[in-house]
Amino acid sequence: MREFDYRRAADAHEAVALLSGEPEARFLGGGTNLVDLMKTGVENPALLVDVRGLPLDRIEVAGDGALTIGATMTNSDLAAHPEVRHRYPALAEAVLAGASGQLRNMATVGGNLLQRTRCGYFTDLSRPCNKREPGSGCSALNGEHHNHAILGWSEHCVATNPSDMAVALAAFDAVVRVLTPEGSAEIPLADFYLPVGDTPHRETALPDGALITGVTLPAAPVAARSRYRKVRERASYAFANGSIAAALHVEDGTVRDVRIAFGAVASRPWRAREAERALIGGPATPEAFAAAADAELAAARPLAHNGYKVPLIRNLVVSTLTELQEAAR
Amino acid sequence: MTSTRSTEISLRVNGETHSLTVDNRTTLLDALRERLDLTGTKKGCDQGQCGACTVLLDRQRVNSCLQLAVAAEGRDVTTIEGLADGEELHPVQQAFVDLDGYQCGYCTPGQICSAVAVIEELAREWPSAATDDVRRPPAVSEEEIRERMSGNLCRCGAYVNIVRAVTQAAKNEQVNA
Repeated sequence: MREFDYRRAADAHEAVALLSGEPEARFLGGGTNLVDLMKTGVENPALLVDVRGLPLDRIEVAGDGALTIGATMTNSDLAAHPEVRHRYPALAEAVLAGASGQLRNMATVGGNLLQRTRCGYFTDLSRPCNKREPGSGCSALNGEHHNHAILGWSEHCVATNPSDMAVALAAFDAVVRVLTPEGSAEIPLADFYLPVGDTPHRETALPDGALITGVTLPAAPVAARSRYRKVRERASYAFANGSIAAALHVEDGTVRDVRIAFGAVASRPWRAREAERALIGGPATPEAFAAAADAELAAARPLAHNGYKVPLIRNLVVSTLTELQEAAR
Repeated sequence: MTSTRSTEISLRVNGETHSLTVDNRTTLLDALRERLDLTGTKKGCDQGQCGACTVLLDRQRVNSCLQLAVAAEGRDVTTIEGLADGEELHPVQQAFVDLDGYQCGYCTPGQICSAVAVIEELAREWPSAATDDVRRPPAVSEEEIRERMSGNLCRCGAYVNIVRAVTQAAKNEQVNA
């Protein structure tokens, strides 16, 4: 590991100031991803600015019911929070579906949003990877890619975003709050993760040197009836092969509100807006759920070895929405 | 900016404060084992995947292999060496002995530190991925224990008795609470 300087910031403004003008500096949250990548040599910062101790470790509830989750809150504290468990259960379930108890105690909300892909070629310094070494090529495109993207990928990168938490945040229209040397700003999660295109190394719309200070979830009554379901290759403590965050509100058999987002299918959490459009105002039947899934998955382009993800996601849509509908009756 | 590649820190471990200068790259795991001679905490994968290095930081379980020592300054560390009360084993340690919750023993310190924290997480009614309804308090069941202990791997495969030991310790704690 490369030697590095270490500074601890007392508040968000000091953190941003310490990082300013230091292109080789990184913020350190829980370190569960960054320290691991430093050990393997993927990340080689010259300076770590420790933000874990910043007073951004709590949830604030606004008058209109919106939640603002502090960026340094741990994943464990987020999942255990009563407001999250009761009003956005799919978010609590998504966080609990990720990593292990130890890692969730360390990992922060801001860090979770910025975690890197678990594509094996990204951490294998002996192999080309456009995300790690722009222009070197994508080893996964014609290599080991059984758990890679089916939506939104390009020939430059087929890696997926590994976060479970971000899938639930995408379903509930979360907004990322950031602080830059110029001041504070807000970035809707829908715009936070950039399309892959020919720049897979540029993953987010976060300006250089910006610090994530929190995530705001707008009030969403539909979220009180929501689920996160994750399919993986072992019963626990593994990344998803496919996952879904969904919320459903039905009145007299008609879909009045619905939120659907997929995980492990693209470089970002995939909000299924085509499926939502297909369902709104229509019947809440398994046939309608399947048709909506098909409408979304019409854009899927599976790779040679991950075609199973298309029916996997389709089945997750049907079973999760059916479960939500039956629970509401 | 002056360059400081190493830092003088004080680490509070098992109630005792230690002053030491660490290279900033040093993990808490290496500081415990190599600098403080507390070798009960084990290095397995060194990547946060196996849980052998589990310790308690401010009473919460963490992977000490991914925790920089410099970033642990000012926090309370408890290792396997700090659990017993003199000659009297911690109830979780005793349950592992009584129910044969190990084979080779290498993962055991991490398993026990993790289990101590699991029991406290259950007492605080934290949900898990095995909790049917996250809006309600979780049950103390083998299914919950199995899920919550999934960050601790045992290559001998002693899981059956590990789950029994942790479940018994958790239920005793529930009775005594």
